[in-house]
Amino acid sequence: MTSHAQPIGGAIFTRPFRALSVIFGLAVLLILWRFAAGIGPVTGLSDGYPWGIWIAFDVVTGTALACGGYAVAILVYILNKGRYHPMVRPAILTSALGYTIAGLSLAVDVGRPWNFWKVPLFFWQWNLDSILLEVALCVTTYIVVLWIELSPAFLEPWRDSPVMPLRRAARTVTPILDRALLWFIALGMLLPTMHQSSIGGLMMLTAGKVDPLWQTPVLPLLFLVSCVGMGYAAVVFESALSATFFGRKPEKRMLAALSGAVIPVLLAYVVIRLGDIIIRGQLGRLFAFDGLSLLAIAELLMFLVPALVLLARRGRMDAGSLFRTAIVMMLAGTLYRFDTFLVAYNPGPGWAYFPAVPEMVITFGLVALEIMAYLVIVKRFPILAGGEVTAAAGGVK
Amino acid sequence: MDIHRRSLLKGLATAGAAGAAAVTTGGLALASPERRKAPADAVGMLYDATRCIGCKTCVVACREANGLAPERSGDGLYDAPQDLSGSTKNIIKLYRDGNDSSYMKTQCMHCIDPACAAACMLGALQKREFGIVSWDGSRCVGCRYCQTACPFNIPKFEWSSANPKIVKCEMCRHLLAKGGIPACVRVCPAQAVIFGTRDELLAEAKRRIAESPGTYVPRVYGEEDGGGTQVLYLAHVDFEKLGLPKLGPEPPPNMARTVQHSIYKGFVAPVALYAVLGAVLLRNRRHPPEEAQEERS
Repeated sequence: MTSHAQPIGGAIFTRPFRALSVIFGLAVLLILWRFAAGIGPVTGLSDGYPWGIWIAFDVVTGTALACGGYAVAILVYILNKGRYHPMVRPAILTSALGYTIAGLSLAVDVGRPWNFWKVPLFFWQWNLDSILLEVALCVTTYIVVLWIELSPAFLEPWRDSPVMPLRRAARTVTPILDRALLWFIALGMLLPTMHQSSIGGLMMLTAGKVDPLWQTPVLPLLFLVSCVGMGYAAVVFESALSATFFGRKPEKRMLAALSGAVIPVLLAYVVIRLGDIIIRGQLGRLFAFDGLSLLAIAELLMFLVPALVLLARRGRMDAGSLFRTAIVMMLAGTLYRFDTFLVAYNPGPGWAYFPAVPEMVITFGLVALEIMAYLVIVKRFPILAGGEVTAAAGGVK
Repeated sequence: MDIHRRSLLKGLATAGAAGAAAVTTGGLALASPERRKAPADAVGMLYDATRCIGCKTCVVACREANGLAPERSGDGLYDAPQDLSGSTKNIIKLYRDGNDSSYMKTQCMHCIDPACAAACMLGALQKREFGIVSWDGSRCVGCRYCQTACPFNIPKFEWSSANPKIVKCEMCRHLLAKGGIPACVRVCPAQAVIFGTRDELLAEAKRRIAESPGTYVPRVYGEEDGGGTQVLYLAHVDFEKLGLPKLGPEPPPNMARTVQHSIYKGFVAPVALYAVLGAVLLRNRRHPPEEAQEERS
């Protein structure tokens, strides 16, 4: 599997990079404070709302937005659309970074992280009723799988490295990896199918605490379908941004085609969500027009409208509306996840949650770290395909 | 670019197939798993709100028996907890609406099929001896899924500790081990809360209802609620007014169990899916992508 990807080069310590590192530095200080003083003083969390944005955003939403690798892999490897191959590496990179950041965030969020290593190893203690156990095992494995999937991007330049050990290692590992990679790619599709659905399944255990508009046995299916849509959207979003910021030829035709692939996913979500609400007899609740009902309607519209916009052919060809629909799709999935985990979650009277400032800064800091890592890697390693490849893959005009 | 339409159709078909597969695998076992029965050695407590005088001796005794720090009032002189917390495992509350009033004792219900235990990754919280839901710190990651899951909001977390624990009533299992009874029961001057096997307590509760029918709401909370609990309640006002949630007889973990266990039964589905994915990948590797061929022709 050769690729036409090239490192884009350029300086690392640009002004935006320095700004990001300041935010990350602040977050590191706050994380130190959190480990010294406990979670309470740093966050808005309480016994009523034990899960906040570190879970609902960094983990639940963050990994869904990092499903680009999963979504593009389905397209390229299962539906055999080789033309999208140049999108695989950037998608896998954002996935690897997104999931790694989610893992870091979890390490900050859990109260007793020094016991976490037992989760994958102490199999005799595994509670097979625990959906969280499945999520934890799958996500941990998937982080490893993603970096293995991405490893050719690091090994390629090392094959000709002047440093002898690196060179030897790269030349030994590459043929083995070439043969085994297919099975890791398959694993890279199996694992998100399992854990993205299970992440939705987590809230099934809370029964009456989640509003009936969101509490349903099809939570796993809805989370799975929506994460694919968010993954595609994130790939479109990220390609458009890197085209702008790195002054590269926009991969417009490919993005347009990719956006075409997301339409059935969005429509499937809307059909399942509405169907579920109707079957469970909650249609009246949907149109109660109180706060939660309006949020549910907003979610549905945010999935439906991009699908309709993209269905109109013009919408697919125009870079601006491609970018805008991608943002709406990402926000739609984000809102659905925030609602399920926080807004529609009601532990009873007397409890309220809003993230505290340090809590938010830690989240921003981890996102900053993610962007910094992305910048360093695309500048130094072959991730992004060159413009001429894009033109060839886009077909003849 | 007529590829759009084709890939759209194909995508729809794929999504449809995946959805159908999910629905059928879910449907195969949609009959809920059986409700669990209380363990043979199940002990419990029966709290009779009509007998409680609100003296809070049990709150103090619980604190002493479990070595919990007092929750001080503003001037630092009173131990004045408002609710269960990281240092309060048992509390007496007061419901009052006009002339209607009742005390309420709140602590872990020791469910027959606890949501906290179903949530817990390594079984830090699980039913151990006497069916008591107890906590083992060496297995706890501090994820707080137990708190999210518990329908009674019982497990509490030490928010201001660098080495936080999950704090909840464990029915004084350290005292039971020495042949004692829970501290709250031992000190209650009105016998408002009594200790015994779950069967004995349930029979006693029903006897009291039968003996003075006008006194009680004619049912025992915890007999069936949320799949049944080992702590039982009698009261003369609606249980919901006392903060006990309205739960059906189905244990809360059963919905998730039905869905997850039917998808993951014997781990067949994931293995099968992995095999299919691998097979498709192998096939696709041998047959180059269609667009590449089209472009060359």
